[in-house]
Amino acid sequence: MSINWFKYASPASFYPLAGKSIPWFLVCAALLSLFGLYWGFFETPDVLTEQKEYYRIIFVHVPAAWLSMWLYIVLVAWAVIGLVFNTRLSYMLAAAIAPTGAMFTFLSLWTGAFWGKTSWGTWWDWDPRMTSQLILLFLYVGYMALQSAIDETRRADRASALLAIVGLVLIPIIFWSINCPDPNQCAALHQRSSLKTVEANILTAMLIMALAFWSYSFGVIFMRLRNLILERERNSKWIKPLVEETS
Amino acid sequence: MTLSEFFSMNGYGFYVWSSFGMTALLMLGELILVKKHNRTILKRLRRIIRLQAEQETSL
Amino acid sequence: MFSTFLIILKRDLILAMRHKTDVLTTLFFFIIVVSLFPLGVGIEKSTLQQIAPGVVWIAALLASMLALERLFASDYADGTLEQMILTPQPLSILVLAKVLAHWLLTGLPLVLIAPLVGLQYHLPANSVVVMMLALLLGTPILSMIGAIGAALTLGLRGGGILISLLVLPLYIPVLIYGSGAIADSMLEGVTVRAYLQLLGAFLILALVFSPWATAAAVRISSE
Repeated sequence: MSINWFKYASPASFYPLAGKSIPWFLVCAALLSLFGLYWGFFETPDVLTEQKEYYRIIFVHVPAAWLSMWLYIVLVAWAVIGLVFNTRLSYMLAAAIAPTGAMFTFLSLWTGAFWGKTSWGTWWDWDPRMTSQLILLFLYVGYMALQSAIDETRRADRASALLAIVGLVLIPIIFWSINCPDPNQCAALHQRSSLKTVEANILTAMLIMALAFWSYSFGVIFMRLRNLILERERNSKWIKPLVEETS
Repeated sequence: MTLSEFFSMNGYGFYVWSSFGMTALLMLGELILVKKHNRTILKRLRRIIRLQAEQETSL
Repeated sequence: MFSTFLIILKRDLILAMRHKTDVLTTLFFFIIVVSLFPLGVGIEKSTLQQIAPGVVWIAALLASMLALERLFASDYADGTLEQMILTPQPLSILVLAKVLAHWLLTGLPLVLIAPLVGLQYHLPANSVVVMMLALLLGTPILSMIGAIGAALTLGLRGGGILISLLVLPLYIPVLIYGSGAIADSMLEGVTVRAYLQLLGAFLILALVFSPWATAAAVRISSE
């Protein structure tokens, strides 16, 4: 049995598939969030001392940061596929991902500021991680700005795809240079709790919340994708019956 | 944990709830915005189709 | 292939020399920005020595970026760029020649004017040398990475600001290590060789990869 890899590469066939899956993703996200928040607030009291209730912020801060980075990678993956296979839908997916990715980046900065105020005493500190998140936000914004600055769709897609790829290639160098500004001796990395030292219950709650955010991302991104498909393919034959049937 | 303890988070309530609040605001807000955009697009497309149909019948 | 490189290089240089003011404006922008900081921050010697590394590099970043618009603009407008795409010569070579011409006109002058900055900021002689070396290694990188941004935004409204938005985040490694080199050169007993070696490595990386990315961007923008 040969698989037709490109079966759902046509906007017309993916549109209904995306539509059916959105409610599942969103409901899943809501349930996972409830479960994760319950776990984070009520299953961890014996671990946290009375003073450290602000620790709860980590249940949205870390998942937001993870998603912001993961979504950028996925964006670039679709950009590459678009450039290689010249499939319209891939570019549309990349464009649909960007605002959600930027949102999570901003969220990680916002929650990070509150986290920093409580645990280090300052709203902002130029520590490598937060600075890297700031740069990531700039990369997302640059991608969206370039997309909107070019009127011609095809050129806009390909130009922003190239920009995103260049950004991804340079991210390790940028992050590394922020992390290690003195090549003679890499300054001790800011207090970094590696995942191994995080207590199991807290880690569980973080992971559940990350899954929740991920499921939410699928939902919102597919919703945005459907909007993009409607806008871009509005002159196609299959749009007309679809629009009429929803009225 | 009592309800009041839950809200005050041992004095850190402002920080914890500002974080969770912004999270909820942005995520729900995004959903609402995209949904609204969807309705606008469908409305516009319906209007275009209607106008095209009227044009064709009047020819 | 090398002769084509030289032809394009010579052509760009001659064309630029006809509008000498373009070249000088970049240089003077750099000088003005560098001169403004002491007026805004304070003229105390130790303060100036402290901020000099960052100021020099940020001024260099901004000057390099403002000049980027002109890299492809006129060739794009009169169709020469399209001809370059159509020739059998590899576009990366042609692009590299243009970028080199651009650097000679906008980056190299910054390297040469560095002693003036050293004077204004009371930098010791060895720091000025380090500054010149760092700029010599770093400004070509800025030109090469910037060229990618310039190629992506050909003919768009929003020009210069849009290029800045896209390209400034990518400049960060050069900024960090370039200014770090100058800052460390003022400390006793610290060697800046590691910084310069890193910058050199970035330069080589940029030389290898950026012409290809720029050529791809030029093709995307010209379809």
